[in-house]
Amino acid sequence: MTTLVSRREILKRGLAVGAGLTLGFTLPRRGRAQTPGVFTPNQWLRIDRDGVVTITNSVPEMGQGSLTTTPMIIADELDATLDSVKVEQAPANPALYKNPVTGSQSYGGSRGVRDHLEMWRKAAASAREMLKQAAANEWGVPVESVETEDGAVIHRPTGRRFAYGQLVDKAQALAVPQNPKLKTPDQFKYIGKAVKRRDTPDKVTGRGIYGIDVQVPGMLVGSVERCPVFGGKVQSFDATATKAIKGVKDVVQVSNGVAVVADNFWTALQGRRALKVTWDEGPIAQVSSAGITREYEAAAKQPGQVARNDGDVDKALASGKVYEAVYQVPYLEHACMEPMNATAQVSRDSCVIWAPTQNPGGTQATAARITGLPPEKVIVNTTLLGGGFGRRGEIDFIVDAVETSKAVGAPVKVVWTREDDITHGFYRPATYNVFHAALDTNGMPSAWSTRVVGPGILIQKGRAQAGTIDPAAVEAVRNMPYDIPNLRIEWNNKDLGIPLGFWRSVGPSQNGFIIESFIDELAHAAGKDPFEYRKALLGKSPRHKAILELVAKRANWGAAMPAGQGRGIAVVFSYGSYAATVAEVSVAPDGAVKVNKLVCGIDAGIAVNPDAVRAQMEGGAVYALTAAYYGQITIDRGRVQQSNFHDYQMLRINEMPVVDVQILDSGEAPGGLGEPGVPTVAPAVTNAIFAATGKRLRKLPIDRNELKRA
Amino acid sequence: MISFTVNGKQRQVDVPPEMPLLWVLRESLNLTGTKYGCGIAVCGACTVHVDGTAVRSCVSPVSAVAGRRVTTIEGLSARGDHPVQRAWTEVDVPQCGYCQSGQIMSAAALLARKAAPTDADIDDGMSGNICRCGTYQRIRAAIHRAAALKKAGA
Repeated sequence: MTTLVSRREILKRGLAVGAGLTLGFTLPRRGRAQTPGVFTPNQWLRIDRDGVVTITNSVPEMGQGSLTTTPMIIADELDATLDSVKVEQAPANPALYKNPVTGSQSYGGSRGVRDHLEMWRKAAASAREMLKQAAANEWGVPVESVETEDGAVIHRPTGRRFAYGQLVDKAQALAVPQNPKLKTPDQFKYIGKAVKRRDTPDKVTGRGIYGIDVQVPGMLVGSVERCPVFGGKVQSFDATATKAIKGVKDVVQVSNGVAVVADNFWTALQGRRALKVTWDEGPIAQVSSAGITREYEAAAKQPGQVARNDGDVDKALASGKVYEAVYQVPYLEHACMEPMNATAQVSRDSCVIWAPTQNPGGTQATAARITGLPPEKVIVNTTLLGGGFGRRGEIDFIVDAVETSKAVGAPVKVVWTREDDITHGFYRPATYNVFHAALDTNGMPSAWSTRVVGPGILIQKGRAQAGTIDPAAVEAVRNMPYDIPNLRIEWNNKDLGIPLGFWRSVGPSQNGFIIESFIDELAHAAGKDPFEYRKALLGKSPRHKAILELVAKRANWGAAMPAGQGRGIAVVFSYGSYAATVAEVSVAPDGAVKVNKLVCGIDAGIAVNPDAVRAQMEGGAVYALTAAYYGQITIDRGRVQQSNFHDYQMLRINEMPVVDVQILDSGEAPGGLGEPGVPTVAPAVTNAIFAATGKRLRKLPIDRNELKRA
Repeated sequence: MISFTVNGKQRQVDVPPEMPLLWVLRESLNLTGTKYGCGIAVCGACTVHVDGTAVRSCVSPVSAVAGRRVTTIEGLSARGDHPVQRAWTEVDVPQCGYCQSGQIMSAAALLARKAAPTDADIDDGMSGNICRCGTYQRIRAAIHRAAALKKAGA
């Protein structure tokens, strides 16, 4: 039996919303714009006398659909007609547009809906109450007797009606209610319905403007030659040949290398090829992948910091047969389809930036630091993003543009090549993970220990204190859901200096794989069904269990499969959401793996736009499967050995499995969507490979040589 | 000077003959719908039609299209209503959308060759185009839909 919660039941329970959020919509009086003829209850929406509703979307559009979801939420609670509202992208202004939970105007962690839903609903509901009050005052009737519908206030007893535009001036004079009454879920008109994306028309006609498409009058185009070794510096450079190329305007040293500035990108590239740079390669020139693995192996023999310690693991392990395994995952690069770029126009008293950034607040602060201007003199225009996945929360590409524009005194668009992008990323950490477990007489785990060895992203970035346990490194390990009496999780920080970043689903991207693989090993060791085994251990985790049951049922778990095929299952909580996957794979005698089908389940509490939820799950599955099949960044003498899509391959349409997305509307607080679809896919696939072949893969990416039977 | 037709208009550009068509379109002619993804013809983001055939503009020197007819995403249809564009909209294919100009140009070329492509035809005709957001399932559905729209004379 699945535990799909009916819509009716959700309505009955009411829509749970996150408690304790700071409501970020209250504006100081001076901040509330006083444009005559415009109703501006807060920074998220305004209505003019023609009734045009303009909504400000603070979450950058990186493909997840925020340009559609944000207005859905606000228009619904405002009772405006969604088709007629306008949407603007917020400028950088953290005081007004920060994420109310993180406190910064930077977007990652699948936080678009889950951190903003309550705030936006309240912002819109307060506006609706003001409009109702304005109409009630005009008519001399109690506010309780009026209601709203499709952009108008109506008084049913008398049939009177004011369009919102007619109430603009009256509403503007009223106080902003701080605790407006929200709709009940049964009153939602858009939330929970599949709504078409607003950006599709621009994206099918080539009209959408990404960062790389920005044109500014007088603009030059730059490209930066970077040290092939991480952390290397320019020692000296000779630009004689570069400057002789027609169209090259300038060559300037910047923090990240040497920028060649030209009339156009092609010429800038020719200029880079002609450039002679002597690099001081620095200490990372000694670092290679083989050495990193050796360091990890050595560190794995040493105890780590204890992130969790239930019961007495050593005692329990000493009492019987010990199951042991080592799991390894590689560095990964994000590979956004749009290479990194940004455009900056630095002048004496202002700096204007156009950038495909997940981090408008950080962009503004960075440009202010470089130019010496106060932040309010830095205008940030967030364009469409050609993929984000965490890469565009970094500010390195912003630094390139601002420094270059400042140096040459003209607006400059700095564009990265694909090779720059692959070789100068911020990588998902490679890790090495040692497992030990013992089973009780029923075959259930009595002891479990995991020692994670690898670097900490937050510590490397100075966002967590050195010497502490990096939360990202142990996420989805420390909080693994299985009910095991003796459980120890350790972390050994081993950072060899390779730049680290937040790669779609971050810690859980790898920790989901290792945990869900090893639990599968134990199920098979116990001679039990991997689905039933997990279920039996999820007594304290009902939402894990519910989503696991949903995908198992949908995938006909347990039904016979032909020889050479298998099913695998996995469940992981991340970013506020519960996800589970069943994979169906075929393995050919030569070891070639084909994933035929993925049933991907998600309980994100509420699905604001179910079609966007499906899209994110489909996309998360492809992102994960790409990594499982191909993803591997290797280092030689401090240099990334891969450079483009020929040697850092992406999944293509001919390899695409059927992805069957199942949404479980639990009615709980909203969870994330961009990332939770990723962590379960690789383990579901490798568990399915085990079911098909009896071969356990403990290292990603999948090596077909390990699976050869012929 | 190199002359060629772009989206039905005669254009002349004064650029080095080896400059890739991609950069001529994007930077000389301000047609930014065609995207740069890899520069080595392995991702398909730069796909345009030259005399009706899909080509990777990032590795096509502009001299190679002299006197020829180039169509970009901006010129695929007058009002964005080519059957492929309509199908893409119906299915809501794009996520970030960056690769979609190339996907659509590849799909339009495929449909021009095969009125009713099979899944194998789609694999064959579309596997040169990478989508990092993972919209492949919807691309497949939209191509079948576009074939139906085209057949219905839409």
